[in-house]
Amino acid sequence: MAGILIYSDKDNLALELLTVARLIADARGLEVKVACINNASQSNLLSAAGVRVYKIENPAVIPADVATVAAALKEASGQLDCSIVLLSSNRRGRELAGRLAQMLGAGCLTDISAVKVEGEQIHCQRNALGGATVATQYIDGDKQVLVIVPRAFTPASAQDGGSIVELAVEVLPSRVKLLEFRAKDSSSVDIEEAPVLVVVGQGLNSQEDLASVESLAKKLGGEVACSKPLATDKKWLPEDRVVGLSGKKCQPDLAVLLGISGQVQFTVGIRDAQVMVAVNSDENAYIHQIADYSMVADLHQVVKELNDALA
Amino acid sequence: MNVVVAMKQIPDLQQIRIRNRQPVLEDVPWTLGAIDKNALEAAVQIKEAQGGKVVLLSAGNEELEDTAKEALAAGADEALLIIDDELDKLGSAEVARILAAAIQRIEKVDLIIFGEGSGDNYSGQVGSRVAEILGLPQLGYASAIEVQEDSLRVSRSLEDGEELVELGLPAVVTVISGINEPRIASVTQILKAGKKPKEILEIGDLGLDLVDICPIKTESNLAPESDRKRVAVKTVDELVAALKGENLIGR
Repeated sequence: MAGILIYSDKDNLALELLTVARLIADARGLEVKVACINNASQSNLLSAAGVRVYKIENPAVIPADVATVAAALKEASGQLDCSIVLLSSNRRGRELAGRLAQMLGAGCLTDISAVKVEGEQIHCQRNALGGATVATQYIDGDKQVLVIVPRAFTPASAQDGGSIVELAVEVLPSRVKLLEFRAKDSSSVDIEEAPVLVVVGQGLNSQEDLASVESLAKKLGGEVACSKPLATDKKWLPEDRVVGLSGKKCQPDLAVLLGISGQVQFTVGIRDAQVMVAVNSDENAYIHQIADYSMVADLHQVVKELNDALA
Repeated sequence: MNVVVAMKQIPDLQQIRIRNRQPVLEDVPWTLGAIDKNALEAAVQIKEAQGGKVVLLSAGNEELEDTAKEALAAGADEALLIIDDELDKLGSAEVARILAAAIQRIEKVDLIIFGEGSGDNYSGQVGSRVAEILGLPQLGYASAIEVQEDSLRVSRSLEDGEELVELGLPAVVTVISGINEPRIASVTQILKAGKKPKEILEIGDLGLDLVDICPIKTESNLAPESDRKRVAVKTVDELVAALKGENLIGR
């Protein structure tokens, strides 16, 4: 039976893809098929979510070389009669997507945050113009690689009916050699998970002022995040704290935005927050227009007073 | 070492206005993508250390010659520009074919560098597609590039860690913005940029057949609706009271 093939190297993202795939498969009368590559535990997990898993065991397929992963998925999609492939829009998935789409002669949309089947078309929402707009687009053709933003869909839960079968694929030897993998410190903060974010921008005077911002974030039960220049230009905070188009897209219950002007490439990463508070000394800063509560004030003074008030 | 750096001509995003949820692009000047400037800087640093040249590759509308000056001023030695007003309408698949065909016209290419995503569409496909078309190994999201004799050592920055990877040349690498801080061109460099060699082509010159592509169609493209309260608060006490009212503090 013709199908939709899904693949992600990350378990939770593969389960999210399963949710999206079922939505499309139900509308189209297709079967959802999962590729798990050199990952026995993921095969078991996905099978327990009630889906047919194709287990690929081939040491020549290495995640560090997306060309080998793409070649394996191309062969799998051919053998399994799947013209639609879903991937996750994390860095690994986006890098893989272009290569696979080119191999398949497929159209490809990345960073998809919503999906709706409209007759023959699969309408996908994604940010455009740096986040100034949200476009609804579809691929005009049978061969489609759809790349879904993490956390946009709930992971599929356990259900009966799953199975695992082995699938043999051949790929050419890799030309990329992984020398070392340094995992991020497990204590490092995931700002996408935080219920509250205190986000600082270029209005912050100095790196020393971060201590009081950190203290405020803790009192609010959250974490500190930042706009891109604070991490890439000033290097006051690590890159994984950056909110925005090329950083993280966060949906906290509360976002307190300090000294941030509100360029779209930033706001695209925070505009799904439940409640937004903006503090900026410039009354004309755009951020005031997209906040629930806005204060025209010096952020340093506000942070001090908030720290006192919440003590 | 000859490095090709591919840069995208995009509208200056700061100057896009929204009217009735529609983006207004008239009179918005053209520029180059922000991360593309990191790609250029990475290329220029490699050339400065290794010798060779940096070729700027870009495809865009009739303004491109002007847009490209900035990159020639910031260290590219020459430019290969594909200028065609059709390009504004084309997607990643078409553009990748065009760029790959153009790269094949450049003699002895050792390395091709892209930004990890364009400033406007941020699709992140073109580098990977070009690598596949040219049959080259690729490495995405580079945070550092070290050139060895006939290979590269590249750090790839992922959400959960850093990979150190070795790959042979020629290769395609995409970089993240954290890899470097792009230099600002001096006035002299800006003046000299206009005199650097440029080759200008049209899509038709590349002998491509773009019919077998599954194109992207856009149904709508609107600014998201915002239903924020937009309450101006004067004091921290007022703010604290408001957040307590929302049940966001003292939970």
